[in-house]
Amino acid sequence: MADTAITVDGAEKRYGGKKALDGLDLRVARGTVHGVLGPNGAGKTTLVRVLSTLLRPDAGRIEVSGHDVVREAYAVRLRIGLLGQHAALDEELGGRQNLELFGRLHHLGARRARARADELLERFDLADTGRKAVRQYSGGMRRRLDLAASLITEPEVLFLDEPTTGLDPRGRAEVWDSVRSLVGGGTTVLLTTQYLEEADQLADRISVVDAGRVIAEGTADELKAETGGDRIDVVLREAGQLGAAVALLPLTGVTVDTDRRLLSAPVTDRMEALSGVVRALQEAGIEAEDVALRRPTLDEVFLHLTGDDRRVKEAA
Amino acid sequence: MTAYALTDSWTMTRRELARWARQPVQLVVNLIFPVMLLLMFGYLIGGGRGVNGEYRDYLIPGMLALTMAFGLEGTMIAVTRDLDKGVIDRFRSMPMADGAVLVGRSAADMLQSAMALVVLIGVGAALGWRVHGGPVAFLGAVGLLLLFRFAMLWIGIYLALVAGKPEMVQAVQILVWPIGFLSNALALPDTMPGWLGTVVEWNPMSHTATAVRDLFGTPGAESGHVGAALVWPLALLAVFFPLAVRRFGRLSR
Repeated sequence: MADTAITVDGAEKRYGGKKALDGLDLRVARGTVHGVLGPNGAGKTTLVRVLSTLLRPDAGRIEVSGHDVVREAYAVRLRIGLLGQHAALDEELGGRQNLELFGRLHHLGARRARARADELLERFDLADTGRKAVRQYSGGMRRRLDLAASLITEPEVLFLDEPTTGLDPRGRAEVWDSVRSLVGGGTTVLLTTQYLEEADQLADRISVVDAGRVIAEGTADELKAETGGDRIDVVLREAGQLGAAVALLPLTGVTVDTDRRLLSAPVTDRMEALSGVVRALQEAGIEAEDVALRRPTLDEVFLHLTGDDRRVKEAA
Repeated sequence: MTAYALTDSWTMTRRELARWARQPVQLVVNLIFPVMLLLMFGYLIGGGRGVNGEYRDYLIPGMLALTMAFGLEGTMIAVTRDLDKGVIDRFRSMPMADGAVLVGRSAADMLQSAMALVVLIGVGAALGWRVHGGPVAFLGAVGLLLLFRFAMLWIGIYLALVAGKPEMVQAVQILVWPIGFLSNALALPDTMPGWLGTVVEWNPMSHTATAVRDLFGTPGAESGHVGAALVWPLALLAVFFPLAVRRFGRLSR
């Protein structure tokens, strides 16, 4: 299909006995940003490595921009850009030298490689530092240069594997801005992340991945709706009273965070839940610091889907 | 793809040249290190024998061979660094000719080793060392040294691909040194205990060093090792070249 940039049907990949991909399916529409969200070891990086022709899948049909990643690896490589987890740059060379090197390896020829390097340095706000060795760059700058290197040929599909892991908030904001500016150009972006906020901010659609398969997919709003509607958060003055409050309150599906003296639960009728909770606490003489209604966060969706919320409850 | 084999290999070689230009001190240190070893063994450890006369004539060809052997480390460090930084992954995700990464590495390392030979031979000449053989024999000796280096290069690439991490290079360094010294580069096997002498004579590097002494017309040099100095590196290449290429292909496993 012309409007599908990435097709993954039943992808499997084993390392020894461990299944990194276990029948993963995925469709990404052309010109969209697709977030792949999952905990460490869920298979996100393996997926990106398979899609970018670095790893051979054991089974499954995998196409990028209409080309099979195994049989037509070269055709795929002509059309993709890859940003791995660590900045893949020559640290001793300057920023411009790096971009020129990658441009030449994309067979742009010397003159166009140089022009493209200048263009990208300008665009990613690195023009002043193009001569400095990458070794001397800050984390955010290095990541921007890395991103520029993956955009040498204006790829049809761009893979970003945890693009902001290890960056400080400022570096993260820089990278987010760069990714947003790309989307207008029609590039399809597949982004893996552990940060729900990142997926929420950047992705049109999100696939939640766990143990090598997709366990949920939709827009951020759809995923939030799937977990249930609104939630109520109650912060107590004494953590010791959390147990008593859980037993007493007219709520089901309560999660407890002892460190923050917080209990949280889904609600159906907002006002009834709010007044019921306040009344019950007053009658029992349990002091609350804060009671608030809110929408679920993507974190809760994630924990709910990956089954980690059960662990939280059991621990409490 | 193959149409770009030469261009891409040249681009990869140029990358190393650009690194040298960026870090001239590093390059100079690499070239000076064998000279330092030569002076150290000649003056300090060589003691009474000094750097004049017979021992100097014996030592310089040995140091040339040892320098080629130590090149293995440089190759390993460079390959593991690129693997670890993900640079090799980036190259592999690009529409590059298949072998260009390894060919570029080989070309740059061979060039650096050739420069190291020039420097060491120049310093030897400055110390009064003279070649007694003809120019053809001289070039033959240089050829044998570079052939040995080429074998070390592919062993280095293979070991780097197996080790994967720069930290593992140290473990190999610890092995390279004794193997380098367990040769006749610095001392005659006759002067060693019998079993050790046997080990040393078996070391492929000893054949290269002996053949080079022979071709340089070093007084008292043993002859008849040129064949072994050709066969050993070729045999090592026959084993490690396909192993390294296969291992590189297996990065996609």
